[in-house]
Amino acid sequence: MLVTLVLMASTPLWLKHVGLYQYLALEITIWMLFAMAHNLLLGQGGMPSFGHGAYFGVGAYAFGLFQQRADAGLLTGLFGAIVAAALVGAFVGAFISHRRGIYYALLTIAFGQVLWFVAIKWHAVTGGDDGLLKIARLPLQLPGLEISLESNFSFFYFVLTVFALVLLFLWRLIHSPYGRVLRAIKQNEMRASFVGYNVWLYKWTAFVLSAGLSGLAGSLFAMAQQSAYPNVMSLHNSGFVVMMVLIGGGLVSFWGPVIGALIFILARDLLGAYTETWLLWYGLLFMAMVIYQPDGVAGAWQAWRASRKRAPVARATELAWAAHNKEA
Amino acid sequence: MALFEASALHKRFGDQVVLEDVTLRFEEGQLSGIMGPNGAGKTTCFNVLTGRYKPDRGSVHFAGKDITGLSPRKIANQGLSRSFQIMNLFDEYSAIDNIVVALPSVRARGWACWRDMGRFDSAYDEAASILARIGLAGKETMPSQRLSYGERRALEIGVALAARPRMLFLDEPTAGLGVEGTARLSELIAELKRQLSIVIIEHDMRFLFRLADKISVIHWGQVIAEGSPDALRENEWVQRSSLGALST
Repeated sequence: MLVTLVLMASTPLWLKHVGLYQYLALEITIWMLFAMAHNLLLGQGGMPSFGHGAYFGVGAYAFGLFQQRADAGLLTGLFGAIVAAALVGAFVGAFISHRRGIYYALLTIAFGQVLWFVAIKWHAVTGGDDGLLKIARLPLQLPGLEISLESNFSFFYFVLTVFALVLLFLWRLIHSPYGRVLRAIKQNEMRASFVGYNVWLYKWTAFVLSAGLSGLAGSLFAMAQQSAYPNVMSLHNSGFVVMMVLIGGGLVSFWGPVIGALIFILARDLLGAYTETWLLWYGLLFMAMVIYQPDGVAGAWQAWRASRKRAPVARATELAWAAHNKEA
Repeated sequence: MALFEASALHKRFGDQVVLEDVTLRFEEGQLSGIMGPNGAGKTTCFNVLTGRYKPDRGSVHFAGKDITGLSPRKIANQGLSRSFQIMNLFDEYSAIDNIVVALPSVRARGWACWRDMGRFDSAYDEAASILARIGLAGKETMPSQRLSYGERRALEIGVALAARPRMLFLDEPTAGLGVEGTARLSELIAELKRQLSIVIIEHDMRFLFRLADKISVIHWGQVIAEGSPDALRENEWVQRSSLGALST
């Protein structure tokens, strides 16, 4: 975790030298945050949410609206965006948490489309097709300290800090009993209920959490782009985050979404520089990946390490078991 | 009153009646068996008793409480645990994690989002002792998918045991096991029998006759005979099916 964060924090030093720009690192970090939030469902809970752009979008709009209509400051706005996205997530989650697999996926798409449609049609609030413009990058106000986030440089560090906090939160969550139960539900919902767990409630809370964090990512994105528009809620955007998570290997690794978001945005910029049809090539890459390496980059890495060492054992257990034996 | 009582259960799927007026009692501290030919309604009966299906009519009482139509979760929380005929494990988890996640102490802390699972010493201790009991000591960190068939069968029972049930339901525990595996399983169940009340569905009659205190025979969705193994040996249906061979 430290290595990743240090590497990311050092980007201003070397990014320009390799021909890239600071805004790119900013955008990648936001997408990483979104992908991590999404993977709480897909990778940890086994819930295929294919309409997750909606909560990202709700966060973006909510942040803009809080700022423009309620004069909210930075932190209040971010908090409001999280709550708004979580509330929408709580509503949708209540309708889908008893489903699984393809039915779950279809329902998430349906709800995602509904929200996207609302964003386009509800002119009075969302600004319709034009979206909300002139969303400001408000300064960070701490007691006795005010930091402007207008430059990509300072805003990047703010986003990185938020990302680090979310990483820490998710890491703890996933390695807690709650995370353990969530993954048990992913593997076998029926057995989990026969063992005595309230499967519905676990799935619902994970959905609400994931929606809230997606909203946080969305609100940061609105600040980065200084606007919020319906496109962020589209099926496209929802698909992108799934592609990130799967290519990176979110199904088998905590870090999968981080890797995936990096690859996706880099591919967009680097391939995009050569050809307008970069998404076609990326799509082909995605298909090849799903066919030949369904566990993604992280999965390939794990397999390679295991082949060098010995037969794979469940890593988390091994750690817990080793720690236990040491203390005993 | 018996620990577990089901009275006048009816269940139909579409126009097919699967259970008709089934009444069963399982006493505390006993090992009760349910047997019958394939398609007799044994597994449906089990599923109705443990909450997977709701009965159309009739009632189910456990430890004096009405549990008719309750969800599997609520029934499990009352102290009734079951295993499955088709294995139903947490496949990505290691053997010990399969047990850990089913422990009441972990279940009680399932909402602890900020605790480190690795520090849950007592849970791992308890899980290790359960694994030892079912003969899987030394396989703690083995992914459950890579265990042998017989070991997975044992783990299937281990997960049900981990919930520390008052009553344990086992659905065809010998399914797919060879002679040696069945013998080992018999030993395990004979051991468990002294500690808790058990109900077993089985079509391996030899296995059931050796272990059970009382057996109910289900055929065409009805209970056609009931009694101790000795009494049942005299039963006409039991005689007619290949069981007669058992009396030697």
